[in-house]
Amino acid sequence: MKKSAKMRRQSRFRLLIQLCAAALFNGYIAGFAKNKIYTGKLKTVCVPVLNCYSCPGALGSCPIGSIQSLAAGKSHRISFYVLGTLVLFGTVLGRLICGFLCPFGLIQDLLHKIQTPKLRVPKTPDRIFRYFKYWVLLLTVFLLPMLVTDRFGRGEPWFCKYICPAGTLEGGIPLLARNGMLRRLAGALFTWKAAVLCLILIGSVFISRFFCRYFCPLGAFYSLFNRFALYQMHVDHQACTGCGTCAHVCPMAVDVLKNINCGECIRCGKCRAACPEDAIHIGHRQTRR
Amino acid sequence: MKRGIQNLLRVCGITAGAAMLCLGVYREETEAILHKAVKICLECIGIG
Ligand code: SF4
Ligand code: SF4
Repeated sequence: MKKSAKMRRQSRFRLLIQLCAAALFNGYIAGFAKNKIYTGKLKTVCVPVLNCYSCPGALGSCPIGSIQSLAAGKSHRISFYVLGTLVLFGTVLGRLICGFLCPFGLIQDLLHKIQTPKLRVPKTPDRIFRYFKYWVLLLTVFLLPMLVTDRFGRGEPWFCKYICPAGTLEGGIPLLARNGMLRRLAGALFTWKAAVLCLILIGSVFISRFFCRYFCPLGAFYSLFNRFALYQMHVDHQACTGCGTCAHVCPMAVDVLKNINCGECIRCGKCRAACPEDAIHIGHRQTRR
Repeated sequence: MKRGIQNLLRVCGITAGAAMLCLGVYREETEAILHKAVKICLECIGIG
């Protein structure tokens, strides 16, 4: 399908916001130069996206990492501070955060632009695999760090340690590349994490938002808010001719006409820009069916 | 979802979110987060 001028404009606008957000969350340039991480007070602030706090540029804390580190520690276990931050962002923006702000979403979007044949996952397996991210959230972010502890009562951040591709890509690779001591410490675990990262990056070339669809615990959390978040979208069914263009361009394979506010929609706006009848709008339904 | 229920959930979300955030600050969770975030997280980077 050829991109219309409106689609190109919308795509450039979104890319610009994504780049600005990634630069803002990773704005500690000296960290990249010195191969050190930022250690200032700003790190008490949790960013609303998946962005590793061990990335040399990271100015804030990763919410998923922080939840696990408190769950695995002995003093607090449940992080009301981080959960409160995420509930607030989720209630206001829902998964608009995934579509516009998350640096790891941006990386996947860029990878998917590589010119290759693309894969459309058949509906039934796609629907089943999507539940996987809720299990990742429940098990690796909350339960395992809290319940599997050593004799001192300390747990481990299971998602960070065994899965998180953002940690390997944004923290592990840049730090190890320029630090011989860290490189010498890297062993089987690093090999495992590098393999997971490769799988996710390659998957993202062929399946749009591969990680967001099936694995991301933060996306799973925000998806719970999409239906009632302040940011809503709607289809004007009087203007819609049912041509299916919107569903065809959707990177998350959302059934746009039936369920545009479902938990899977990352609010990227592609459907809205592609609709030849201008039938998709931001906000609540104004017209009656 | 009906508009009334949506509005109710929004009010609950914003109130609960703000209350949790304040409770977290009161419990000094921010210190624990800072403590973890200012050191290289070995698990995150794949060293263990
Ligand atoms: S689903 Fe996760 S990785 Fe994807 S954009 Fe949302 S927060 Fe980022
Ligand atoms: S339904 Fe529209 S806004 Fe939502 S993910 Fe699909 S194309 Fe983007």
